[in-house]
Amino acid sequence: MPFIPHTEDDTREMLEAIGAGSLDDLFDEIPKELLIDSLDGVPTALTEMQITRLMRERAAQDGAPLCFIGAGAYEHHIPTAVWDIATRGEFYSAYTPYQAEASQGTLQTIYEYQTMITELTGLDVSNASLYDGASALAEAALMAVRANRRVKTGRVLLAPGVNPVYEQVAAAIAGNQGLTFERLPMDSKTGNVAFDELRDGQEPVAVVIQQPSFPGTLEDVDQLTNWAHAQDAAAIGIVNPTSLALLKPPAQWGEQGAGIAIGEGQPLGVPLSSGGPYFGFMTCKQKHVRQMPGRIVGRTTDLDDNLGFTLTLQAREQHIRRTKATSNICTNQGLMVTAATIYMSLLGLDGLASVARRAHANTSQLVDSLCAINGVERLYEGPYFHEVALKLDRPIAPVLTALAEQDILGGFDLTDFAGTDALLVCATETKSEADIDAYASALADVMA
Amino acid sequence: MSDLPGDLMYTREHEWLRREEDGSVTVGITDHAQSALGDLVYVELPEVDQELDSGGDMAVVESVKAASDVYAPIAGAVSAVNDELGDDPEKINADPYGDGWIVRIQPSEAIDESELLSPNDYQDLLDEEDA
Repeated sequence: MPFIPHTEDDTREMLEAIGAGSLDDLFDEIPKELLIDSLDGVPTALTEMQITRLMRERAAQDGAPLCFIGAGAYEHHIPTAVWDIATRGEFYSAYTPYQAEASQGTLQTIYEYQTMITELTGLDVSNASLYDGASALAEAALMAVRANRRVKTGRVLLAPGVNPVYEQVAAAIAGNQGLTFERLPMDSKTGNVAFDELRDGQEPVAVVIQQPSFPGTLEDVDQLTNWAHAQDAAAIGIVNPTSLALLKPPAQWGEQGAGIAIGEGQPLGVPLSSGGPYFGFMTCKQKHVRQMPGRIVGRTTDLDDNLGFTLTLQAREQHIRRTKATSNICTNQGLMVTAATIYMSLLGLDGLASVARRAHANTSQLVDSLCAINGVERLYEGPYFHEVALKLDRPIAPVLTALAEQDILGGFDLTDFAGTDALLVCATETKSEADIDAYASALADVMA
Repeated sequence: MSDLPGDLMYTREHEWLRREEDGSVTVGITDHAQSALGDLVYVELPEVDQELDSGGDMAVVESVKAASDVYAPIAGAVSAVNDELGDDPEKINADPYGDGWIVRIQPSEAIDESELLSPNDYQDLLDEEDA
């Protein structure tokens, strides 16, 4: 990307044009007590040479630990070709160009992405992506309200296995629009919804089902989807895209299928990178497409009958519908989506299925090894995909600290979520038998 | 020159109303409105029995170039919707005062005709907008 410099004269001219005396004047609106002029650990001005050195030193502090943490973001092998292609100049842009006359390559990439994602979820339509899985839940809930106008309660019921961070984000985004998010009761043996305790008559506008659940269990999605529809609620699925190579797609849940399925796209070729950037995906049944937010690319023909690609269904969007828009999202995570499209193309459905099978087998081996240790057992019974909650006979935090000293990230501390000393572990296809043995023997030492 | 049947009432929002024998009122958009919108591709209809406030949102008509709200011209409850528009929204383009009707409303109060336009008044409105 080009470096665009500006001189002091440029700055002065720009400030004069808008009538500001100095750069500081631009921040006048921010109350003084909110302004900070220094950050802990962040030096003031440094030269390029100094900053390069500093960043290299700090990056090295991360080391290359063995990572057994999942909890919503997963370490997968990313073929080198993925980012080699995605970072080509034609794709590598801070902004996604949408002009059909100038951007056929980009538009076709997004179209192919939409096609692949709908193949995974089984639903009819995909948008061009959203910011991340958590904000996709907020958008899905708002979409359910628009698609399900008979229900006025704004009450969204979450299966007990919905990622708690997703709930926080959805409540922050949609809470001021009259939506409330409540949890359905959990069966403490299975970690899944307690069907015996479900109450009819709550008039939910939507029921959200995460599969696999945040603590790694597999929910009875058929029964829960049917229950949602019996309540006249929309059924929203949150799914892990890798798992869809093996598990039943949301379109086939229950008698009618989930109407909306969303999730975090990071496992599809996006590295773990201090939490982002990731991307959210969103798919739905055809009948809901006009309630869907975000951009949608369609295939068409030009005047000469040549195949072409263009943005479609734009009457949903804010530049046409103004305040009544069903979408205020005019962009997407274009670069992450490009990487995901290349990742899915390179692996194919068979490749994705072998990744999923290997991750499941590795996790299974990890759980067997760890549960052989005194004081470690499974927290919930039942099948799982590539993540499992373990109950330990002692507090989790010191255990994780001791493991980190041996360069092992031992899992996600699930204590707050589970209400007991619990650890969420995951072993994707990236872990070898030796890695799993190393973790098991380190944990055995710590627990001894 | 757009078509303007003499037996209908009109609104400033380019909608028409027809009193039916059972006391309900059929509502659609005028020939002028469909022509200004262009080829319609989608119509979002309210639910039957939904209560409408006069002036509130009732339906949405979407063409290839715009989407517009259709407002309830009177207060009442939706007694019928034209479900055929779901598969065939262009009926509104082809026959805005007939097969292209949108919603039938059972009024909840006496209709205030002073709020509505006669065919002549509506023609004046169109002439003003053209001017």
